[in-house]
Amino acid sequence: MQIPAPFDYVRATTVENALELLARYGPESRVVAGGHSLLPMMKLRLSRPEWLIDINDLYELDFILRDGNKLRVGALTRHTTLLESDEVAGLFPIVRDAERVIADPVVRNRGTIGGSLCQADPAEDLSTVCDVLGAEAVIRGPGGERILSMSEFHRGPYETAVGQDELLCEVRFGIRPRSGSAYEKVERRVGDWAVGAAGAAVTLTADGTVDDAAVGLTALGLDHPLAGAAAVLRGRHPDEELFAEAGRLAAEACNPVADQRGPVDYKRHLADELTQRVLRRACARAAQTQEG
Amino acid sequence: MQISMTVNGSDVTSEIEPRVLLVHYIREVLGLTGTHWGCDTSNCGTCVVLMDGQPVKSCTVLAAMAAGHDIRTVEGLATGGTLDPVQQGFMEEHGLQCGFCTPGMMLTARALLDKNPHPDDAEIRQAISGQICRCTGYATIVRSVQWAAAHPAGPGLDDAPATGHSAGTGLDGTDTAVPDVAAEIEDTEVKA
Repeated sequence: MQIPAPFDYVRATTVENALELLARYGPESRVVAGGHSLLPMMKLRLSRPEWLIDINDLYELDFILRDGNKLRVGALTRHTTLLESDEVAGLFPIVRDAERVIADPVVRNRGTIGGSLCQADPAEDLSTVCDVLGAEAVIRGPGGERILSMSEFHRGPYETAVGQDELLCEVRFGIRPRSGSAYEKVERRVGDWAVGAAGAAVTLTADGTVDDAAVGLTALGLDHPLAGAAAVLRGRHPDEELFAEAGRLAAEACNPVADQRGPVDYKRHLADELTQRVLRRACARAAQTQEG
Repeated sequence: MQISMTVNGSDVTSEIEPRVLLVHYIREVLGLTGTHWGCDTSNCGTCVVLMDGQPVKSCTVLAAMAAGHDIRTVEGLATGGTLDPVQQGFMEEHGLQCGFCTPGMMLTARALLDKNPHPDDAEIRQAISGQICRCTGYATIVRSVQWAAAHPAGPGLDDAPATGHSAGTGLDGTDTAVPDVAAEIEDTEVKA
């Protein structure tokens, strides 16, 4: 029987209250939302917080809201909600691609976008999604609110810029015309960690050439979006030759480790092939989109 | 700490340790052993219960987190001695062999049919994809859920609060002793 070590539990009522509780209980307190990463870690004693601050009652952080040229998503938005949102799928089809393969349907009923980003597992799909979409993280703390780019937010595996006394409250996605995005994962079975995955976001010019592009990899040893992808793709017409070039770039840039999910050469092959597939699909979607 | 929630339509209140998981609270404090405890890692899905109508893995929800919510277990499926169509479907189509995964499978099926009364086979397989059956190969489970979808009739399936046979009146507002969940682990110090 796996039971967490003893801790005290408190339920936050508002964001302000959650920040007060984090300040009061200090570094030995942890925020819990869906709990599907933290509770298993607590059962294994990889994490032993003295205080657990439950933020599931912060309904103010459970929203999907279009605000001008931004889509604002509250940190407590569940995976199921993101998966089922037609508005999100219309603007950022990569999110639905990824949400279909995050954990399993029952886990998705609990897990949240904020929890996924803050867990920052190298195999976490939404980190790659937010990276390639150029999302912003809205963080609140005792000093007020600050807004970080994903490159500032992600510090590395299991590490983010969110301070101990801060709370990730919102993720913002810029809406751009003539844009498309896609995600594809290879996993051995539902709910397993990814063998590898890739995501891409593309913006086309009016004449159909690539205006901007980002490619990211999940679980393949590439923490940030593929450097140089935009430089290679920009100004060129999306075709198979270009996708193949980007695939080669991804395979060279990644740094996968051999494990029970596969050897290095297989994972490099995945980086190449999945990059081509997501770019192909993202460009096709961008071409179909009249405006954001 | 004291928690209160609704389980199969009955209000329950208990004094528990914050670290008690919902699956153990349901099984050991409330005595509703129809909810099974399996892998402990939110993989197998045998511990699935409905929380506010949505399937959740109760091994990865603290009982404290379920406080204030509406929980439905397999004991709450049948109403007034009439089986839920999902239960009937599992009988008609041999949806179980050993029965270990069955409570979780049936609750996920119930939630699916509440949301989507006419799922296709792919949608059923998707809905139960976070749950493991090692007997049936899933084919008979899919047929069982399709049987339930084809036979939605049944008196007041979701109307009446279900006080299933093992729930009983003892559930109602009774403070129950905390089980010694730490007994089986080495690390047993308890916070003051």
